[in-house]
Amino acid sequence: MFGKLTLEAIPFHVPIVMVTLAVIALGGIALVGAITYFKKWSYLWTEWLTSVDHKKIGVMYVVVAMVMLIRGFADAIMMRSQLALAANGGEGYLPPEHYDQIFTAHGVIMIIFMAMPFFTGLMNLALPLQIGARDVAFPFLNSLSFWLLVSGVVLINLSLGVGEFARTGWVAYPPLSELGYSPGVGVDYYIWALQLSGIGTTLTGVNFLVTVLKMRTPGMKLMEMPIFTWTCTWANILIVASFPILTATLALLTVDRYLDFHIFTNELGGNPMMYVNLFWAWGHPEVYILVLPAFGVFSEVISTFSGKRLFGHVSMILASGCIAVLGFMVWLHHFFTMGSGASVNSFFGLATMLIAIPTGAKLFNWLFTIYQGRLRFTVPVLWTLGFMVTFAIGGMTGVLLAIPGADFVLHNSLFVVAHFHNVIIGGAVFGYIAGFGFWFPKAFGFTLNEKWGKRAFWFWLTGFYVAFMPLYALGFMGMTRRLNHSDNPDWTPYLYVAFFGAVLILCGIASQLIQLYVSIRDRDQNRDVTGDPWNGHTLEWQTSSPPPFYNFATLPKADELDAFLEAKRNGTAYNFPAKYSPIHMPNNTASGLVISAFLTVFGFAMIWHIFWLAAVGLIGAVGYFVIHAARDDQGYMVPAEEVARIEGERQQILAKANVAGVSKAPAHALEQV
Amino acid sequence: MSNIVLNAGTAHGHDHGHDDHEHHDSGPMTVLGFWIYLMTDCILFASLFATYAVLSGNFAGGPSGHDIFELPYVLGETACLLLSSITYGFAMLALHKGNKGGVLGWLFITFLFGLGFIGMEVNEFHKLIVEGFGPSRSGFLSGYFSLVGTHGLHVTSGLIWMAVMMYQVSKKGITPTNTTRLSCLSMFWHFLDVVWICVFTVVYLMGVL
Repeated sequence: MFGKLTLEAIPFHVPIVMVTLAVIALGGIALVGAITYFKKWSYLWTEWLTSVDHKKIGVMYVVVAMVMLIRGFADAIMMRSQLALAANGGEGYLPPEHYDQIFTAHGVIMIIFMAMPFFTGLMNLALPLQIGARDVAFPFLNSLSFWLLVSGVVLINLSLGVGEFARTGWVAYPPLSELGYSPGVGVDYYIWALQLSGIGTTLTGVNFLVTVLKMRTPGMKLMEMPIFTWTCTWANILIVASFPILTATLALLTVDRYLDFHIFTNELGGNPMMYVNLFWAWGHPEVYILVLPAFGVFSEVISTFSGKRLFGHVSMILASGCIAVLGFMVWLHHFFTMGSGASVNSFFGLATMLIAIPTGAKLFNWLFTIYQGRLRFTVPVLWTLGFMVTFAIGGMTGVLLAIPGADFVLHNSLFVVAHFHNVIIGGAVFGYIAGFGFWFPKAFGFTLNEKWGKRAFWFWLTGFYVAFMPLYALGFMGMTRRLNHSDNPDWTPYLYVAFFGAVLILCGIASQLIQLYVSIRDRDQNRDVTGDPWNGHTLEWQTSSPPPFYNFATLPKADELDAFLEAKRNGTAYNFPAKYSPIHMPNNTASGLVISAFLTVFGFAMIWHIFWLAAVGLIGAVGYFVIHAARDDQGYMVPAEEVARIEGERQQILAKANVAGVSKAPAHALEQV
Repeated sequence: MSNIVLNAGTAHGHDHGHDDHEHHDSGPMTVLGFWIYLMTDCILFASLFATYAVLSGNFAGGPSGHDIFELPYVLGETACLLLSSITYGFAMLALHKGNKGGVLGWLFITFLFGLGFIGMEVNEFHKLIVEGFGPSRSGFLSGYFSLVGTHGLHVTSGLIWMAVMMYQVSKKGITPTNTTRLSCLSMFWHFLDVVWICVFTVVYLMGVL
């Protein structure tokens, strides 16, 4: 009846897990209680959970990313403290079977459930506004993508309290991840959590590609799209080209585990290295999916706060394209030790080194943008400068690892761990946090506190160096990754220092939370009344903060690059028309949520081999999708009077704030109200 | 796929008053989106083909393709699927003529051909498993079942979709939404044909030769 699921699946005997669960339960009860007490359920349901508005979906993505950042960081600091305590032959406090789940969960969470939703959230928030669109191409699909991600989040967090998570490392290489060596449900949690959220990501990629191809505002040529939109577009091309490989690979591992296939097994003609190849054919493009949008954020930030047009807009687009294409041709550098021979390894080594060229071009573009500009040292700029230094170091250690001979020595060592944290934290995460500060006022209508933002930055930056520079050294000293304890006295001081670095990063995350609290508390002093707090260049700053649900009452003109900056110079940025047209908008729908809920049930039932429930989940999901499609919802029209009322209010606010150019046509627009 | 319409695209500039009340045609956008989705599906199949290619010689003492494949039978399957593509084409022609009865009739014939294909494939799989040549036997057979089985699952999904569309067309007629969806299903169906031709060549022909 319940497959493999029994009460014993709940780890009552592991105090760390039980305390964690108790804290989560108390927090959850408090949250539910608060929502009930303040009678916010219907607001939450109608305004957020069922929303198809890209801005709200974007905010929800970022909320999920931040929650998962805390979860993933908890794993990280547990690992660092374990290794500090278990140096010199000690045992520490995490037994290997628990520790192995923690490093697996840390990797999966940080890549799939922190970095991906953070990037997707920023893209959702900013991209349609940057191209002057009213929403994405397929708003319902966008909601479905988000809720599929939530399915994955639910499953991976359920593994904490019901059963176990994979002990295989985040790559889940067979034969270790095959049934014979991982008989528990851990790998199954891994498979279904990644599978569901991965399908959501594929749909996001399709959705945003159609959005940029079909929904740009009149006059905006492809090569004149803002740079963040462009880097996201390259990332979306990578998504549609690489995520299906992950889907196929996980499906093949699934049939190996569930139906006794021999695709990746050691025996009966399976080939484990095929998994490794397929995994990285997805996994390597995946890291560029993470970092390219961050490059876009840095470009926007550095050009806005230098008060200059981005140096080499076209070269930036082309460099991103080179990185995207080359990113598909280097997967084998993750396993030079497979033994493909000198010529194959040289090809992949050289292709890997080539990526340094377009990346270097980008770095010089950013430097030349700053050159002779008047750089304002805001928090997003600090993150950008911190990135430029840190990422250069990470890039160089990457080129070092691209030499097959050196890689044979350093493979699977802490040097590799230090390298990819160097580029992912110093590249992607710094970029997302910069983007968070940059677009926060656009989403919520007030700016973030600068003082706590700067504190967060300095803690993160120093914490990063203190935590990961020792790992480079430890890699050279021969310490391999995924060790549970060590007894080499030479390593001990480095492990202590690395733990201290993790504590500094903890202070950084705490500062970010305090920053949020302080900013919300003082929001009235930090209102962004104009919608353009940074003297921005691109169209998202032309509309109000937060934007009306239809984004733009009239689609903005974009005849050249940095359209909003040009409009401000021409005095046309705040022209209000005499007459408004009705606007067509999509209806909210709970379908994405319901379908994902069914699929979560399906995934959970598959993990525990409760096949009747799995059938219920799958049929429910497909059936509900058909019902949703049969409804044939064509959306609704926002009446012109409603648009005129909202725009009239904005016009009054702008006039009160003495924004240049507004007073040109105030009278006749107000007559409409 | 979603068919929600938005006011967008360069054709509907804000300077023109013509987009005030009319209903926007989201069809082209949905079709483009579905095209891109099909490309993702293509890469999924590419991964399976690559895996099959790697495993195709790993017989583990079991049978090879030469021992188990019956080309005349597979030719029958292929004929079913290819003919179903032609009849789907006739359904699309009827659609563009606005001939509802023609659409339903041709879709039904397409459905029967598709069902015939799936029936033959299930029969083939069943026979292999009964003979002890199931996917558990060897890497080669695992690769074979996962590749051909995935194609079969796609065809099955297409059949379910087709059944839903027949119901929709019979109930609502040839609406813009139904036209868009039938166009997407058309691409899906022809795409599965192309994949099958690759399966036929790589798995069956090269397996027997």
